[in-house]
Amino acid sequence: MHKPRLQLQASFDIAYLQYLDQQGRATQPLPDFATPDWLTYCLRQMQLARLVDDRAVKLQRTGRLGTYPSTLGQEAIGVATGNALMAEDIYCPYYRETGALLERGVEIEEILAIWGGDERGQNFEHARKDLPICVPIATQMLHAAGVAFALRHRHQQRGEPLQVAVASSGEGATSKGDFYEAMNLAGVWKLPMVFVVNNNQWAISVPRTAQTATQTIAQKAIAAGMPALQVDGNDIVAVAWAVRDAMMRARCGDGPALIEALSYRLCDHTTADDASRYRSAEELEQAWQWEPIRRLETYLRNQNLWSDANQQDMERELAQTMEAALNNWESRAPEPSTAIFDHLYAQLPEGLYEQYDQLRDEQAGVERQ
Amino acid sequence: MSEHAKAGEQSSPITLVEAVTQALAYELKHDPDVVVFGQDIGANGGVFRATDGLQSSFGTDRVLDTPLAENMIAGIAVGMATQGMKPVAEFQFMGFIYPGLDHILSHAARMRNRTRGRLSCPIVYRAPYGGGIHAPEHHSESTEAMFAHIPGLRVVVPSSPARAYGLLLAAIRDPDPVLFLEPKRIYRAARQPVPDNGEALPLDSAFVLREGRDLTLVAWGASIKETLAAAERLATQGIEAEVIDPATLKPLDIHSIIDSLEKTRRCVVIHEAARFGGLGAEIAAQIQEYAFDLLDAPVQRVTGYDTVMPYYQLETAYLPGVERILAGARVALDYARQSGREGRK
Ligand SMILES: Cc1ncc(C[n+]2csc(CCOP(=O)(O)OP(=O)(O)O)c2C)c(N)n1
Repeated sequence: MHKPRLQLQASFDIAYLQYLDQQGRATQPLPDFATPDWLTYCLRQMQLARLVDDRAVKLQRTGRLGTYPSTLGQEAIGVATGNALMAEDIYCPYYRETGALLERGVEIEEILAIWGGDERGQNFEHARKDLPICVPIATQMLHAAGVAFALRHRHQQRGEPLQVAVASSGEGATSKGDFYEAMNLAGVWKLPMVFVVNNNQWAISVPRTAQTATQTIAQKAIAAGMPALQVDGNDIVAVAWAVRDAMMRARCGDGPALIEALSYRLCDHTTADDASRYRSAEELEQAWQWEPIRRLETYLRNQNLWSDANQQDMERELAQTMEAALNNWESRAPEPSTAIFDHLYAQLPEGLYEQYDQLRDEQAGVERQ
Repeated sequence: MSEHAKAGEQSSPITLVEAVTQALAYELKHDPDVVVFGQDIGANGGVFRATDGLQSSFGTDRVLDTPLAENMIAGIAVGMATQGMKPVAEFQFMGFIYPGLDHILSHAARMRNRTRGRLSCPIVYRAPYGGGIHAPEHHSESTEAMFAHIPGLRVVVPSSPARAYGLLLAAIRDPDPVLFLEPKRIYRAARQPVPDNGEALPLDSAFVLREGRDLTLVAWGASIKETLAAAERLATQGIEAEVIDPATLKPLDIHSIIDSLEKTRRCVVIHEAARFGGLGAEIAAQIQEYAFDLLDAPVQRVTGYDTVMPYYQLETAYLPGVERILAGARVALDYARQSGREGRK
């Protein structure tokens, strides 16, 4: 009699996508959307993200900003993802998201406010319906599933075009129940949703190999009945193609997908971390060869689409943008401390008036001193 | 609220659980943004039948069975609500809410604040709660105090069909997240006509269920049953107890309790939940902060024990019954101040 046996092998393939290799050479013809204008725009946005991160880290070092998570080395993922969304799509970001937030129209001032300990930063002036950046790992993926449900509900009820919810995370987050639960639901409810995983190889000090025994993060989607693709996350063209393709699918009502973008966290986990405690200088140096900005710049230069003069102009312009944002951020009057009550409920319950008054009077006293 | 049926519209008496269904149906009918979801709530109508018939009336787009994951149920409600929907999510039992606590506490209750009003979470999380139905392990706890501790959340417990209807309507219409705990022991304990008129009851206002001048009994949920019975017994001894049901445990209407103490000067708080850090402690603390001079006796707490909720063989011993309430009342009534100031009686 045939005895069924436990098997490790399921049969599936995880495709891998790359357009620009480490040396900035095209490994295949670029997709139509990757026009010279688009490519130079992406170069600018990645450099802006890097500049914002760099200044934020320096502000933290001089005590002017709280803990900050840089996106150094992972700029392509954020910029390409943020760029792939239409205005009415909803982004559900995790915390390591400088490039994507900028693409969504979040102001540099707002990013600085968030990490400078000011909730007003999450009150995005432009991306009004996007979710605030999310700190409890992977929880945003379930929110995104709920958002996707709402977007489809609106589409069905009011005939509005179907919009898509996009959730981002690190690879560490894919160990959490929220991730599996969100994928499971998205799969079975066929939600218009895209998961973008920034596989930067590290979750604070825990390497990818200690996080999961699966060969890829992408294959986790297969168990949820969802297609997945692994891309070179330092190749902005590949990330953009993959996210756009997944979003198009979702927009057509074909359900969710997952994109695993392979990258490397060139920075410490946050400014509160010291990565030299757990990873080697050699590994880090090696990873620098792979980073996304130089590769795109090299490609553009080889195509005669970029020059030293272009680079200098851009650096000057970005520095001005950054200075203006810093000035705006620093000149913004602090919130009155009673703001902690103002948005607790739609209307402050009567039982809290006394605490509100107490805080207001206490502050008035402090200010008089 | 008016409990009079409109002319010509006779409403037959219904149970608390039927009043929940009636309120859900009313809001599903009148607000297209309302969706109801949870485990086994569709064709099955929920394990207590609280959603009976809703899926056939409103369709599978509005009344949905979810996969089995409470964390997911709590989390998707957050996402839906931020986009203007009004999710009403059911947890099958309060004992299974805890995987979802992260989303309730870290997101639903904070979304408005952390986005400075940009996004909000008008969610109702419903759960049957409390002991006394001989259920298996994990089906009988009362942990409302854990949730009442969370800033930004509301916690509401009805104790009659009419209050279940009016308070659930209010909870769904409220712009902030509400934990709506349904005392399952009295799901079918009594019937009452509840006109389906869509009239909500105010949140944050206590209900005086019985008036009296000698003693204030504060209770909610299923314990109201024993508390009213205890008041009845006290009446036979010539003691008039006032019974107050705060119903909205967070934010708490302490004023109604203190107004009552102006008359009675003595108070007993009754709850099924464990005593330590329970809402009895909060109510007693607020009373002594706001009305210490009114008191002729320390506030008494008649509660569940600080033990694990037992399996059902011993649950009656655990739950505060009429005798335990009467004993607490006796302590409050007999207490004479040592300080020299005489009690009024
Ligand atoms: C639920 C939860 N547990 C722990 C943390 C603390 N924490 C913050 S970031 C992080 C690592 C996350 O790694 P990964 O998902 O790979 O994203 P990355 O930071 O590398 O981009 C941890 C453990 C948290 N924020 N939330």
